[in-house]
Amino acid sequence: MTATALTPRALARQRRRRALAAFWNAFRRDREGVIGLVLLLVCVAVAVMAPLFVDADELSVTRASGPPLVGPSGAYPLGTDDDGRSVLTMVVWGSRTSLLVGLTATAISMVIGTVVGVAAGHFRGRPGGLLDRVTDFFLVVPFLPLAIVLATVLRDRWPDLPKVLAVIVVIGITSWPVTARLVRAQALAVEGRPYLERAKALGAGNWHQITRHVLPNVMPVVFANTTLSVSIAILAETTLSFLGLGDPLNPSWGTLLDGAYSAGAVSRGAWWWAVFPGLAVAVTVLGFNLCGRAVERVLDPRLRGRV
Amino acid sequence: MAIPAVASASETAEVAAAGRRISRAGGGRWVLRKLFGAALTLAFVLVFNFVLFRLMPGDPAKAFLRGRAANPERLIQLRQQLGLGEPLPVQFWRYAMATVSGNLGDSWSMGNRPVTELIAERLWPTVLLSGTSVVLAALIGMWLGARAGWRHGRAFDKLTSGAAIGLYSLPEWWFGLLLLLLFGSTTGLALFPSGGMTDPRGGLNPAVDALYHLVLPCATLTLVYIAEYSLVMRSSVLDERYADYLTTARAKGLRDDQVLSRHALPNALLPTLTLFFMSLGYVVSGAITVETVFSWPGLGYLSYEALSGPDIPLLQGLFLVFSASVILLNLVADLIYPFIDPRVRLA
Repeated sequence: MTATALTPRALARQRRRRALAAFWNAFRRDREGVIGLVLLLVCVAVAVMAPLFVDADELSVTRASGPPLVGPSGAYPLGTDDDGRSVLTMVVWGSRTSLLVGLTATAISMVIGTVVGVAAGHFRGRPGGLLDRVTDFFLVVPFLPLAIVLATVLRDRWPDLPKVLAVIVVIGITSWPVTARLVRAQALAVEGRPYLERAKALGAGNWHQITRHVLPNVMPVVFANTTLSVSIAILAETTLSFLGLGDPLNPSWGTLLDGAYSAGAVSRGAWWWAVFPGLAVAVTVLGFNLCGRAVERVLDPRLRGRV
Repeated sequence: MAIPAVASASETAEVAAAGRRISRAGGGRWVLRKLFGAALTLAFVLVFNFVLFRLMPGDPAKAFLRGRAANPERLIQLRQQLGLGEPLPVQFWRYAMATVSGNLGDSWSMGNRPVTELIAERLWPTVLLSGTSVVLAALIGMWLGARAGWRHGRAFDKLTSGAAIGLYSLPEWWFGLLLLLLFGSTTGLALFPSGGMTDPRGGLNPAVDALYHLVLPCATLTLVYIAEYSLVMRSSVLDERYADYLTTARAKGLRDDQVLSRHALPNALLPTLTLFFMSLGYVVSGAITVETVFSWPGLGYLSYEALSGPDIPLLQGLFLVFSASVILLNLVADLIYPFIDPRVRLA
């Protein structure tokens, strides 16, 4: 091999870089997607830089300095809760847990979904059929009751487990089947392609077939699905926390709303306490939704021209 | 949430594929296969429920007492009562038989009343609330979606699609909190009661009173469901927009609204109908959080109350009922779909 010729690996890298550039070019032209991306960047920036301009001590009930339950004002732009803590501080700090749970739960669900989907698509017959059944089961069982039951059991049996971890695990293991379905369909499409047949004829093992041929073709579907999954995971975290299954030690937007609701913010007229954390959820989830829809449109040309 | 919409797309394809199988395998065998599949999933739910609550580490008898001091004899007696000394298959058999005969055990809170009784009592408020919302949302959502898709890209389309995506991004119960803040009796405009299903002090006719209490929770759920229906309807109208048969209809000289209502709509309705039948299954569990916000005395609010114990037998029973209703109604949707869409039967 001469020094100037590209190795197969370098070639592949170059091709990938080009595909990425083409993807970005198409994404950039999607106005909805760009708006979503900007929303997301703002949320992530707030979450990452929260310690720079917010003091975590202000979250403790005993160190709260403000008057209880005052509406938005100069000193407290988003008002205070019934302990006199600034709602702005709590919303900014809550973004960290909400985003963390959303992203890690999605990561878990993506890994399970991809593994199950690829396996179900690749190993036909008995093992694939069994995986299909399990996926069907998780797909048909309604999400919230299942999540409630799992969270209760986890909390009851492993009281030492950090509650935020329990929430992540619960969302992760209840939300993978949608991904598994999509991945399986894509994996089945790849199974019929001649290059996979060629690889088999040359004696490639299952591991080689999956990692070299099936996975690279399945990953775009997984990535397109990820952005939308994060928004579902964040909503799920908010809902579980609202039902009292959240982690009071790691306040998120959901636990904040739960606190507001349980303390009677609605009947006491403290609208700011219930409205602003919810707005934060809505903006973040909208960002992920807009981005995810744009990614889908870019990757699936059939959907173009539909906005 | 977004999950039903995603599922419906794959479901439509699957139903179509199933229909093709009908013609090959004969309707009877197809029906049997569907019945068997549903029964298998139900059995799976039963096993799952059993494993989750019985085989976890820890002593269920102690969990039953929840920290209350108990002498060893009482513990032994409890273990015997709960059948914990038996081999696991025997325990499972007992559990399955009891469940099939409608005995879901006694609740730990709520005065230890039987779980079945509690669920039966709370079922109708949930069906009333969610049923009304789903039907209203389907009618309004289909109309909005059809108009938006037909006049694709116009102001109406942009407005409704934007609103739908916005609503999609909210936790539905938070939207309920907003409505409560705006219209509830204690704050805001004081137009509607802020919770419960009846108010004995109001002196209204019970039926009217229930409807009056129904307005806010029903509006919350309806608006959230409309978002989903209008998006699905819009995209299926978009799919039909350039179909050849519409060109033919136009060439015959039909007015634009006639082309839409007589030709495009009947075909575009099918995916939305699938979504409708699928969501009927989720009706029972769909309102957990909204019922909680409005203290609507249905199964959702019962789940919330069961969580504070936690009341394990009650949670277990509710999970079973929620799952079973989805499985059974999905089965019904599957079985009647070939009658709604003749293409599925004949293809």
